[in-house]
Amino acid sequence: MKKIVQIESVGQTFETKKGRFTALRDIHLDIFEGESIALIGHSGCGKSTLLNLIAGLTRPTGGVLLCDGREIAGPGPERAVVFQNHSLLPWLTCFDNVYLAVERVFSAKEPKVRLKERTREALALVGLTHAESKYPHEISGGMKQRVGIARALSMQPRILLMDEPFGALDALTRANLQDELMKILAATRATMVMVTHDVDEAVLLSDRVVMLTNGPAATIGEILEVRLERPRDRLALAHDPQFGECRAALMEFLYQKQLRVAA
Amino acid sequence: MNVAVTMERTAGGAADKGAPAVAPVDNKAAAAQVGSVAVAAGGTAGGQGGRAGEWLRTLLRAVLPPVFGMVLLICLWHVATLGDSGIPGPGKTWDAAVALFSDPFYREGPNDQGIGWNVLESLKRVGIGFGIAALIGIPAGFLLGRFATLAQMMNPIISLLRPVSPLAWLPIGLLVFQRADPAATWTIFICSIWPMILNTAQGVTRVPQDYLNVARVLNLSEWKIFTKILFPAVLPYMLTGIRLSIGTAWLVIVAAEMLTGGVGIGFWVWDEWNNLKVEHIIIAIFVIGIVGLILEQMLMLVARRFSYENR
Repeated sequence: MKKIVQIESVGQTFETKKGRFTALRDIHLDIFEGESIALIGHSGCGKSTLLNLIAGLTRPTGGVLLCDGREIAGPGPERAVVFQNHSLLPWLTCFDNVYLAVERVFSAKEPKVRLKERTREALALVGLTHAESKYPHEISGGMKQRVGIARALSMQPRILLMDEPFGALDALTRANLQDELMKILAATRATMVMVTHDVDEAVLLSDRVVMLTNGPAATIGEILEVRLERPRDRLALAHDPQFGECRAALMEFLYQKQLRVAA
Repeated sequence: MNVAVTMERTAGGAADKGAPAVAPVDNKAAAAQVGSVAVAAGGTAGGQGGRAGEWLRTLLRAVLPPVFGMVLLICLWHVATLGDSGIPGPGKTWDAAVALFSDPFYREGPNDQGIGWNVLESLKRVGIGFGIAALIGIPAGFLLGRFATLAQMMNPIISLLRPVSPLAWLPIGLLVFQRADPAATWTIFICSIWPMILNTAQGVTRVPQDYLNVARVLNLSEWKIFTKILFPAVLPYMLTGIRLSIGTAWLVIVAAEMLTGGVGIGFWVWDEWNNLKVEHIIIAIFVIGIVGLILEQMLMLVARRFSYENR
């Protein structure tokens, strides 16, 4: 399989008022085309920092990140981001929020009609055709997150970066969106990296779960391969011994090896 | 009502699963209909009078206290002017107001014009001074918000000049423009530019980092960042600045015109004082208050149009 993203001995330190703070150190990770990766760890361990590095929103203070063999120097349309809090622009309709992304990526080579078509396709992919003229404050949290996903997908990215995309949603909506995300990923064969702190979500959605040790100076502790058949069905998996093992392995890492000292 | 609620839920669920758009919408409409039927039935059972009474009560609750306040003010005014204090009571003022407003737009020479002309003249000065201030202040605010060094450079100057009474600038205006009219406009300009600069700049620095991250991830051009993110995000702050500016401008114009003379509500107040028509001064106070209130309400209306829920 082809490597899309290579992360080589990456470290990240921040200058704070209290002096130098090392968030990440010695991160080595290759992300292959078409795979789904979950980054899991206790809060504050630098999962989002790592994702931001891949997105190009921040630059590493050590090591190098490559995308398709080229150094990641900044954000790019081949690496779309779905933010934790949806980050839709409240003054634009759902359609216009997605169109903004489409326009940026494709307006140089395609006519306007096609751009609008692309926008509608992206909204249809997440099942929001009926809400395209609504404003973000008029729709539910789950729908907002869908628009965020549609916006990211509309750019036809090589890799989809998701920062706890379902963290703010209720359990039912979350399950619903996870199922849909799996379908979309299967259909588009996109690569995905998702930050999460939900053990079930990590196992259900990913091919590999990357476990980060506690910060400061977090690094990759273990990598768990999830060899469950796709498509995955959450009901069937509930009684699947392999699913249970994966879950147990993650829990062991999070709650035994990396037990957070009670703050 | 129960039926309506459950149907609504099914509709919502169907929409969540991404079912064809038409079906859930139809369901919802049906649910709404069932709901309204239920409400109507409840209405007839409870009697039409109950609802009308409810409506009347809310109306009275909204209208009565302000009216009572005004009546109280007029009563106090009446009692206070019962003696021979020289200040006219409500009755006398009312008669004068009726006479005055029967012909607000007359012109008999440059120093004797109807109150309508005076108000319009003041509004024109405020409009011009405020307009120029907006043209300069809002872009300046954007620049100060966007470039920290520029802000550091300008902040001491602004902090120094902002607390100065705009009237202190009047002589400078008179000196530069040699005429009273542009000098008054200049005073308005000076007093209304600060809130616009400061609020716009603050708005720019307060644009949520999320939106700017979106801009970076989408790789938007500077122009798109400005039109799609910066400008709409700053607009509410800008409108607050505009509202503060207009308020101050309307306060200052009266004083400025008293000093410069000519035509205008401030000058008119001073002229009536010289003529010892105190009832006209009281009328002018009401007029100034009402015009200020209308300006404020108009801008509030605009601001409400551009405030986004769930920001």
